[in-house]
Amino acid sequence: MGRTIVEKILQAHTNDEVKPDRLIEAKVDFAFANDITAPLAIEDFKLMGAKKVFDPERIALIPDHFTPNKDVKSAEQAKIMKEFAKEFGIKYYFEIGRGGIEHVLLHEEGLTLPGDIIIGADSHTCTYGALGCFATGVGSTDLAAAWALGKLWFKVPRTIKFNYKGKLRKWVGGKDLILFTIGQIGVDGALYRAMEFSGEVIRNLPMDDRFTMCNMAIEAGAKCGIIEPDEKTIEYVKGRAKREYKIFNSDPDAEYEKIYEWDVSELEPQVALPHLPSNVKGVSGVKGVKVDQVVIGSCTNGRLRDLAIAAEILKGKKVHPDVRVIIFPGTQKVYMEAMKLGYIQTFIESGAAVSTPTCGPCLGGHMGVLAKGEICVSTTNRNFIGRMGHKESYVYLASPAVAAASAIAGEIVSPEEVMK
Amino acid sequence: MIKGKAWKFGNDIDTDVIIPAVYLNTTNPEELAMHCFEPILPNFKEKVNKGDIIVAGKNFGCGSSRQHAPIAIKACGISCVIASSFARIFFRNAINIGLPILECEEASEKTDNGDELEVDLEKGIIRNLTKGIEFKAEPLPESILQILSSGGLVEYVKKKLGGE
Repeated sequence: MGRTIVEKILQAHTNDEVKPDRLIEAKVDFAFANDITAPLAIEDFKLMGAKKVFDPERIALIPDHFTPNKDVKSAEQAKIMKEFAKEFGIKYYFEIGRGGIEHVLLHEEGLTLPGDIIIGADSHTCTYGALGCFATGVGSTDLAAAWALGKLWFKVPRTIKFNYKGKLRKWVGGKDLILFTIGQIGVDGALYRAMEFSGEVIRNLPMDDRFTMCNMAIEAGAKCGIIEPDEKTIEYVKGRAKREYKIFNSDPDAEYEKIYEWDVSELEPQVALPHLPSNVKGVSGVKGVKVDQVVIGSCTNGRLRDLAIAAEILKGKKVHPDVRVIIFPGTQKVYMEAMKLGYIQTFIESGAAVSTPTCGPCLGGHMGVLAKGEICVSTTNRNFIGRMGHKESYVYLASPAVAAASAIAGEIVSPEEVMK
Repeated sequence: MIKGKAWKFGNDIDTDVIIPAVYLNTTNPEELAMHCFEPILPNFKEKVNKGDIIVAGKNFGCGSSRQHAPIAIKACGISCVIASSFARIFFRNAINIGLPILECEEASEKTDNGDELEVDLEKGIIRNLTKGIEFKAEPLPESILQILSSGGLVEYVKKKLGGE
């Protein structure tokens, strides 16, 4: 019986026999945390009595959530992390101004690679699966254990395969595919499972869109999202990889728990309505919803291609007078590239604010918190009650194209309508 | 033996509802508890009696990996969470910090808010004393029981490091 890519990666990291539902102990290639999850992990790491980390070059610490520090308490948290990095010689500590949002930064830096087992104390760690690695979010104590031992226990997930056929329409991309998928299977549709994305549509999808898809696997309850590596993956990793890596593929006779197949040629841009990422409709079904704020960025859609799409739509146009737009590039490198390509100037000329990379607005932390009754179109990943601010505020999740078009129209519209 | 009053919750209770991100600038359990369930049930901590039990539907704890969520629940005095199913990161976090959790669809369906419950963790038995019904929960796997019997993951790793 053949094996899936996830089963093969796990087997390459353990002496236990890998079979779905089995608990195994596996070696971890890279383990990281942010300013919210690291302080708890550090506390536990010290309580465990650990004197050193398993490998100071396989750990990253990224201040990105409440940074630049939003208040004194956040500053104290960030300081704990910085001091730990110094004390234990952690090679990859990314200070403000030299880093960015963790899940845009680490693959950009070539620290997460095909064939790896990656754990991060953040649920969107599943992003890296786009490179063909097993990447999953854990809590702080799990992370501390991995820092101490270089290993962690995992339950081998069953894999659900998603085959996308056809050719995507203009303005439809990875965000629409993943929102559509979550809409079809629900927020627990892949609970404890691996989601393997495949088919001709995925093969034609740029890496940035693949990251977006795997990023939101957690929103269907999945343990990881994964895409088999191809020439696009290898092209992406070339020149970035900080370590050696290995390519794995699913066997043709691999066993899947379920296979979904969709022809997505007619798919229109998708929008998730409050208050669940599975509450999805085509953009034409949400038309006319008035918008107070638009957010473009985050670990889901803060990559260069996302900004390119937003710039293409905003170029030479003005943001609607009743709307505030906040655009935050994912990393300093993305920011710099966007500047060279003229996107940042386009954004500012259109009347949008451009922020330094931060997770702030996505989780209602800072830099764009919503007031009571306000409506936001956001390219982020969650629209739970109170996620971006007041418990009576409303978040509509969408692609950068829909977000930019809605910013101009002042209400939710399809990009086609402002690009006539 | 755990005994307490049931607090009933629905499906897909997410970590932003359990502890809004704006309060994640601290790791202090008492402070976190003050804001537990704030968006849907303000002042939850004051309403709870020590030992009370949360009974929820499917996918409890979905969303972020914040360990602050089970920490806040535990610090409210909740002794156990029973749900039809848990989001996987929440499940791991709860075990790791020593908050007992059990998956039991039947208990979730047949328990009402305020029912008196009794839970035998080792046997995985849940008794609804108000209604006089008994439920059998999914037993926890051996390796997870090992972590729990060590007193959580911190103690488990401490032992491992000491032994190496």
